[in-house]
Amino acid sequence: MNRTIAPAANPQALDLSTRRRPADTAIRAVLLVAALLSVATTIGIFVALLRPALDFFADVRIAEFFGSTRWAPNAADPSFGVWPLVSATLLITLVALLLAIPLGLGAAMYLSEYASTTTRRRLKPVLELLAGVPSVVYGFFALTFVTPTLLQEVLHVDVGFTSALSAGLVLGVMIIPTVASLSEDAMSAVPLALRQGSFAMGANRMQTTLRVVFPAALSGIAAAVILGLSRAVGETMIVTLAAGSRPNLSLDPREGMQAMTGYIATTAGGENPVGSTSYNTLFAVGLALFTMTLVINTVSVTLVRRYRQEY
Amino acid sequence: MAAGYGETASMTVLASTARDRDHSVGSMVFLFALWFSLFFGVLVLGALIVSTAIDGSPRFDSELVTNYSSRLRPETTGFRAGILGTVWVMIATAALAIPLGIAAALHLEEFANRERWWNRLVEINIQNLAAVPSVIYGMLAVASVALIGIQQRGLVVSGAIALALLILPVIIIATREAVRAVPREIRDGSLALGATQWQTTWRQILPAAIPGIATGTILGLSRAIGEAAPLLMIGTASTVLFDPNGFMSQFTALPLQIYTMTSQPQEEFRVAAAAAIILLLAMILALNGLAIYIRNKFQRTW
Repeated sequence: MNRTIAPAANPQALDLSTRRRPADTAIRAVLLVAALLSVATTIGIFVALLRPALDFFADVRIAEFFGSTRWAPNAADPSFGVWPLVSATLLITLVALLLAIPLGLGAAMYLSEYASTTTRRRLKPVLELLAGVPSVVYGFFALTFVTPTLLQEVLHVDVGFTSALSAGLVLGVMIIPTVASLSEDAMSAVPLALRQGSFAMGANRMQTTLRVVFPAALSGIAAAVILGLSRAVGETMIVTLAAGSRPNLSLDPREGMQAMTGYIATTAGGENPVGSTSYNTLFAVGLALFTMTLVINTVSVTLVRRYRQEY
Repeated sequence: MAAGYGETASMTVLASTARDRDHSVGSMVFLFALWFSLFFGVLVLGALIVSTAIDGSPRFDSELVTNYSSRLRPETTGFRAGILGTVWVMIATAALAIPLGIAAALHLEEFANRERWWNRLVEINIQNLAAVPSVIYGMLAVASVALIGIQQRGLVVSGAIALALLILPVIIIATREAVRAVPREIRDGSLALGATQWQTTWRQILPAAIPGIATGTILGLSRAIGEAAPLLMIGTASTVLFDPNGFMSQFTALPLQIYTMTSQPQEEFRVAAAAAIILLLAMILALNGLAIYIRNKFQRTW
């Protein structure tokens, strides 16, 4: 674009050179800065978490953080083992995925294999509505409907006021749209020829869906599930309200237990003096959380890239 | 599903759907299971709305929106500060996120050389940021605001920074999709007529992509309006007894007030929280409805 076409010897000839306008350059610089802001955000997150976390690890040995199984930062005899929080997060996420994967995949299969185009266009917004409900509302729903009415009265499950089960179920419902819409994209991307070949061999729709389309879209579906997993790990409000506020290293989902995000939310609203060790636990747990979601997302993105290459 | 025979359908797809073979019991059960999966979400949404509306019905009065929150008299607690605070912080968030998001997306789509590794790094980065938990954005906002030099906790501008960073990836991705949907011919024609790249982008591509951008932006904002966790991290108060009066004033937001009231033991707070939830859902529904309206009315097929 910067080539200059020199005018002919005749000075009255048109000057066909293309000059860069200075305003153009300035605007392109502005756009570049905006795009670099996203990189600055990631670096900022690392820095914002790393510095107080390093202060924390100056006080608390890493061996205790990852080795101890008791989390009591404000007790008279403080203990900083992170495993109760991590195990609670993982247990709640497991319950959520057990609900969201079958239902999300089922919805995706219906939308991509069975629904006509108009039906699909009308039903997809319904799923999106589910994703649009704020998580505080889901938390409230867990406390006021799922725990008392559904679990205690209808199903007679022995749960307390807060439980990993209640939080996990509601969290699962919240991530159904994530799993469903990405799986549906993956399944729609499977070429029609594969389905037609299956029908030509005499299979019906169920056999085609389960034995042809599902395996073909498997890496995309895996990416969808992993993205749902990462959303579940990072979800705060449902877990803070419905899962519990006391760390509890247990594998029984009917017990209340405090998850990583629940601890962060509860402590942030508390009265810890800035800079103290118990305040810095916020950032240590936050760093652990950020690292977990980063790893999970990198795995998911790698899987998506791999499935895009196959067709 | 037996209606397949009577439908007029294009030969290419529906003729090969093998609808007439779904006669075995296994197929019927499978189909029912899939149908149930899809409508399970609707069921839950319905149960949520109905149970919350029933819980909140005693408080569907005007005091809900005109009173400030009250710890001493829970039966008259209102959400006036929360509603106004939410409006203020959403305006600030939109003012921050929309220009930055559109600018970044335009750079990535129109001006960046896709082959260079650093541009691919930026793209991967944005995908990662879209999945970072919202609490982390709250922590980032706390650090950023301290960097700028603001000492107070819980200001509108801090909340706006947190929420804007949260929805920035959403806006970038939506804008990129909208810009990508504009056909090459428009771009090429404009360049052929002698316009510079920026002139093409500003005068041709961007106006054509506005419906898609508006839809994505509104969906991003409707996500931000319900977020309480980042606001909790920046130290937003939950009991505020005045209207926010500027971008540097303290505030509270509706989702945060709902969260605080849900944590209280008294029954009246639960009822008030339920009523506030219906209010919040109505706001979100209005925003989503606006997005769908814009998408349907202005979306062009090229």
